[in-house]
Amino acid sequence: MNPTNTTDPDYFHKVVDCQWACPAHTPVPEYIRLIAQGKYTEAYMVNRHSNVFPGILGRVCDRPCEPACRRTRVEDEPVAICRLKRVAADHRDEDISALLPKKPAKTNGKKIALVGAGPASLTVANDLAPLGYECTIFEALERPGGLMISNIPSFRLPATVLDEEIGYITDLGVEIKYNHPIASMKALLDEDYDAVFVGSGAPKGKDLQLPGRDEAAANIHIGIDWLESVAFEHTDKIGKQVLIIGVGNTAMDCCRSSLRLGADTVKVMARKPRAFFKASPWELEDAEEENVEIVVNHSPKSFVVENGKLTGMVFEKMEYELDESGAITSQKSAGDVTIPCDDVILAIGQENAFPWIERDIGLEFDKWDVPSVDKDTFQSNRDGVFFGGDAAFGPLNIIWAVEHGHQAAISIHKYCEGTDVTDRLAAGLNLVTAKIGVNEWQFSNDYDPSDRRQMEHVELTERFRKLDTEVELGFAPEQIATEVQRCLNCDVHTVFEAPLCIECDACIDICPVDCLTITVNGDEDDLRTRLTTDADNLEQALYVSDPLKETARVMVKDEDVCVHCGLCAERCPTAAWDMQYGVIHIPLVEDEVTAAQVAKGVAAE
Amino acid sequence: MTSIRKPLIDKHLRRNDLGLTVRDYEGVMSTLCAGCGHDSVTAAITRAFFELSIEPHRAAKISGIGCSSKTTAYFVGQSHGINAVHGRMPSVATGAAAANGDLYYIGVSGDGDSLSIGLGQFCHAIRRNVNMLYIIENNGVYGLTKGQFSASADIGTKPKKGAANEQTPIDPVKLALTLGASFVARSFSGDKKQLVPLIQAGLKHKGFALIDVISPCVTFNDHVGSTKSYAHTYEYFHPVIHADYVASKETITAEYENGAAMDVELHDGSVVRLRKTEEDYDPRDRGAAFDYITRHDGKGEIVTGLLHLDEDRPDMRDMNKLPKAPLNRLPFEGLCPGAGALADLQKDYA
Repeated sequence: MNPTNTTDPDYFHKVVDCQWACPAHTPVPEYIRLIAQGKYTEAYMVNRHSNVFPGILGRVCDRPCEPACRRTRVEDEPVAICRLKRVAADHRDEDISALLPKKPAKTNGKKIALVGAGPASLTVANDLAPLGYECTIFEALERPGGLMISNIPSFRLPATVLDEEIGYITDLGVEIKYNHPIASMKALLDEDYDAVFVGSGAPKGKDLQLPGRDEAAANIHIGIDWLESVAFEHTDKIGKQVLIIGVGNTAMDCCRSSLRLGADTVKVMARKPRAFFKASPWELEDAEEENVEIVVNHSPKSFVVENGKLTGMVFEKMEYELDESGAITSQKSAGDVTIPCDDVILAIGQENAFPWIERDIGLEFDKWDVPSVDKDTFQSNRDGVFFGGDAAFGPLNIIWAVEHGHQAAISIHKYCEGTDVTDRLAAGLNLVTAKIGVNEWQFSNDYDPSDRRQMEHVELTERFRKLDTEVELGFAPEQIATEVQRCLNCDVHTVFEAPLCIECDACIDICPVDCLTITVNGDEDDLRTRLTTDADNLEQALYVSDPLKETARVMVKDEDVCVHCGLCAERCPTAAWDMQYGVIHIPLVEDEVTAAQVAKGVAAE
Repeated sequence: MTSIRKPLIDKHLRRNDLGLTVRDYEGVMSTLCAGCGHDSVTAAITRAFFELSIEPHRAAKISGIGCSSKTTAYFVGQSHGINAVHGRMPSVATGAAAANGDLYYIGVSGDGDSLSIGLGQFCHAIRRNVNMLYIIENNGVYGLTKGQFSASADIGTKPKKGAANEQTPIDPVKLALTLGASFVARSFSGDKKQLVPLIQAGLKHKGFALIDVISPCVTFNDHVGSTKSYAHTYEYFHPVIHADYVASKETITAEYENGAAMDVELHDGSVVRLRKTEEDYDPRDRGAAFDYITRHDGKGEIVTGLLHLDEDRPDMRDMNKLPKAPLNRLPFEGLCPGAGALADLQKDYA
């Protein structure tokens, strides 16, 4: 293999699994170290810079970082990254106004219209308003937040947290026009806006047309609409027996909300076995803790209506045969079963809907009736119209919406400046040694074998009394102290200088996970057969050095299971191995502005 | 040394026949200099014990004084061990091996401990063919006392400061060959592919097994001009014969080109497969081995591998007709037959 190009920012970025997996590339180990040092406010600000809503995401993020966490490759459970984010939000200084972006003294005269006050639009406004853009958000409902307020129950995400973090954005001079649904894109485009951003989400819940659907309509609810109605207190009760159809995260919110509105027994009905569930494992756990029953292998067949009222549902019991990989190879019916119920909530997915965008204004829609949006610039085929969040590519999650917002902000700025929206700054990398003395590092390099800390919950009896009693209590000080030490500091990289190596084998002997090998070079498949320990995760790169000076062999490091303990660097007599902080620069619109100014300055000289 | 112990992360670790991982064969944290060859030898010993699935309590580690002699603390922690007086490790090992033939004896010494103060002890342990593995971690200097030349320093090798060595070196390999040693090997701490099987074979060999391991002193003898540095050893490293250890004859499946490999069966039925990298080298011919090494010494080459193997020599316990069982398991009457038996014996000399 060719020597690894470690100057490519993506190389070391990928080693920081959590940051690489995070759509917004939040520098997770960095903020966890700050928490470990008690610098909660700094930790919060590091988060806010990349993900805008640390308090919100610290409670309800989809956590793509956690399954990616390196810790899962050396033991079972990942670091509780998401909950540590909440720690930063919970323990930061009350008043952080001095650290937040400021409302500019004067605007730049550019007007941006944003449709929907969800996380995507709010992020765009957060990025653009400090630069002088006049941002106006049009929101159909009476409060901001989009799905964060309408679909996520307040027992998971308290309104105070939402209001505070959205407040930081409105404080920038962003105007939100409430109860102001956009009925016509054409009309909006005719107004005096320099650019339009559509962040209106995927607001249409899927229906299930089965016999009895229309007769029983009064007791059959579309999940996301029902949650919104609960959030805005239009719905405050539900029947004693409730069935939830579908087993995604919306289903979990529906079943848990039902329990708080008076339901006695709530069953979540799944068509397939557990391995096929869409809900996050932790959301399933939280629902089951509240005694929600999850019933597998039941395919809905019809609604049972007696005297014009819903009394139950008929399901076809399914039997599946699975192959070794767990895929379904065949299915058959094992007869019907009727399950009594008073209400049914359908939580089987949601989709985009743009009834308010005229199809004759030059905006292109694809065959699924979704607008054509560029994956990098978030621009539609019509100049000056941008999409982001669920509105762009269908339902994803908050953290994706934030990242879309950041990218769309860059595009909107470039569009307004009249520069090329595709000409964007690349990610950058800074490496600085973490060494501060002989075997002394700027990070805690010892491996803490502690298990993941378990979040404490409010007692079951207590939590159902009020709809908005937050279930999770946040981490206690002891839990914080332990959990931060579980982080492996993957952003402190093992960096190798081949010319210094004397091939003494010291690093190979001391490595606790056998990730180092000195061997003759070969192609990747061949090299992988000759590593000190089998590389079972081919997704992770091999770090291959230049030829070593004594034998022309190469140092190979399997990035897969390295725990960044730095012992290779401590054992190395010539400092061929060093531990270096890698700071990944993910450019935001403010960086584009700075870069443009620098370029202009250079040109002027 | 490192600031922390090597953390235990066992999710990926392979287990041997006893269900143990290689980490179960480690000892306490090394306090040697970072990059010391001895730590690599320790890692090789750890690996060899693991691969052989030896129960840790069946190992006995004996050492003398010096950097090398510290290392017995760093491997197979759950075993027996004596850290003896300077140069006296062979006597202690001899006594232990006489008392209990059931243990795997591993002596770790250095060029200072074995070739100066302990030279006599070393020679006599070879003559007695004590059933033990004797590893010399050879770096040409007294590291513990800041790098004075030892008896293995080559003529012309330069110290960090001061004059080059003019005295002739003692080569433990050639010495052992002249003394009739039954297993003589040389290796390099930087080559575990060679070293680990040698240690395995040495542990399983019945009789005295010497492995002279060039194990550079990274602090006092790893500079330009030193003949025991990493760079020098890599440059002049000359493997002539590679030993593979195979646990039993049945598991031998690989085919070798005609004449390129020879199998030597050890007393416990395991096999050492010798693969020649030098065509005319015959490890069974003691005299030829001595000649070969001497010839290549002249070119500055470091001849390595399992240089001589003789499975036919009786070991100390056979020569002295010692009972199979450890002495502490013999009934008292057997160990001490009484005054009558002594009187009968003495009649023979009357």
